[in-house]
Amino acid sequence: MLEIKDLKKSFGDTLVWDNVNLTINDGTTLAIIGKSGSGKSVLMKHLNGLMYPDSGNVLIDGRNLNDLTYVDLRIVRQKFGVLFQGGALFDSISAFENVAFPLRYFTRKTEKEIRDRVMSCLEMVNLENIGDKGTSELSGGMKKRVGLARAIVLEPEYLLYDEPTSGLDPETSDEINDLIIHMSKNLSITSVVISHDMHSVLRVAEFAAFIDEQKLSWYGTIDELKKSDNKRLMEFTRASEYQI
Amino acid sequence: MQLFLEIGKYCRLLYEAIRSATEFKTYRKNLFSEMVKTGVDSLGIVSLAGFFTGAVLTIQTSYQFTSALIPKSTIGAITSQSMIIELAAVISGLVLAGRVGARIATELGNMRVSEQIDALESMGFNSVTFLVIPRVIAGILTFPIIYMATAISGIIGGAIVGYMTNTVTTYEFMEGARLYFFPWDVAFGVIKSFVFGFVITSISCYKGYFASGGAEGVGYATTRATVLSCIYVLLSSFVLAALLL
Ligand SMILES: Nc1ncnc2c1ncn2[C@@H]1O[C@H](COP(=O)(O)OP(=O)(O)O)[C@@H](O)[C@H]1O
Ligand SMILES: [Mg+2]
Repeated sequence: MLEIKDLKKSFGDTLVWDNVNLTINDGTTLAIIGKSGSGKSVLMKHLNGLMYPDSGNVLIDGRNLNDLTYVDLRIVRQKFGVLFQGGALFDSISAFENVAFPLRYFTRKTEKEIRDRVMSCLEMVNLENIGDKGTSELSGGMKKRVGLARAIVLEPEYLLYDEPTSGLDPETSDEINDLIIHMSKNLSITSVVISHDMHSVLRVAEFAAFIDEQKLSWYGTIDELKKSDNKRLMEFTRASEYQI
Repeated sequence: MQLFLEIGKYCRLLYEAIRSATEFKTYRKNLFSEMVKTGVDSLGIVSLAGFFTGAVLTIQTSYQFTSALIPKSTIGAITSQSMIIELAAVISGLVLAGRVGARIATELGNMRVSEQIDALESMGFNSVTFLVIPRVIAGILTFPIIYMATAISGIIGGAIVGYMTNTVTTYEFMEGARLYFFPWDVAFGVIKSFVFGFVITSISCYKGYFASGGAEGVGYATTRATVLSCIYVLLSSFVLAALLL
């Protein structure tokens, strides 16, 4: 379970988050939606200690990130797989090696076991033929899929997705959506999906949190979202229907 | 105020690096490739710079010493001693402030803005151990070798130009060089190059590691890294001379 309690965060004079409370239960998929620049990525980075709140607490399975030493934090971080916005692939090594990377450093697997595990993760994202391609040869959608394969290679309990469908064509977006659903259903992973793509949110998420003016202004299930008469939320969902 | 914040941040990065320097197996692979990129790949350019510096020194010295009373070997002595004490270290330091400093700052800056550093951290790596330590250690270990290569090419450059312009024979040149060769001068140069290696790589790592603001931010970090590296090479050269000579 992930809990955010009374979180406040600002950078210099810009207030990004003013008093956020949010709980994410195990096995669920939560979408965090809001305009770009509203602080979604910042919120995500608080969940695994890439950023720290100015005040307030983040609890991972009951453990307060503020109380952890850096060594313990690094162990807690391994519960998470993170898909960054652009994939964040290491560009000095091949796509295959990107997925193999955490295995080489954090497990004692043999070369063959590493190969098998990487191939099965690449298969899951439909990229089993990626071979030894360098990361610069990959399209945006492929980068995200390799990033996803890398995120799940150590079998995380939580998956964080930062705008998994942004910048992709509708067809590729749908492939990614299917993958997100697959990960949470078949691997029973708790997922947090950051997005401003309502089409994707409606498909993959069970809960949604809408952020507006430095606050969580609306929270509920997807069914409630469809029926909601919150004015700002309706404006946001309507606007995103017209965007590609 | 801003300056103190920066120095504090720089020291924290170094502290974090030193604290995690024992995790050798994390950065072993990177250390090797960094030593190749910093050391081996720079040998060509620094040898060239050293060669021409030595050549110019020889021409200038013989131009200034027109008196027949001064033995020709003095030209060799001055060229080689200047190279060993000061010029080889500073010239290679300045060349590498540009070459190595820019490369490191760009590499780390790109990794920062494309969230690769965040990705490393999320996986459970200490990104400082992984990225900063191998670069700084590679700098400290390879700069003395680069210094020596620069000094040797400078002396060779001086000897060749002296011979080609008929100002001093190779024998006389080398005799002067040998007569005024003091091991302490070499030690001083080596100490200086250690310091330059540390200064250049640590400043560039710092600038790249904390880059922000997209491609523009990386460009800015790179420029700052090379400029600051040059300034601190010259400054530390001065401080070391005042302390040790
Ligand atoms: N490291 C940082 N330093 C300073 N400001 C930041 C930093 N990261 C994010 N911000 C600011 O926080 C705000 C929210 O950013 P972000 O979370 O990236 O938005 P988005 O919702 O599009 O993901 C923006 O105004 C951004 O400029
Ligand atoms: Mg974002």
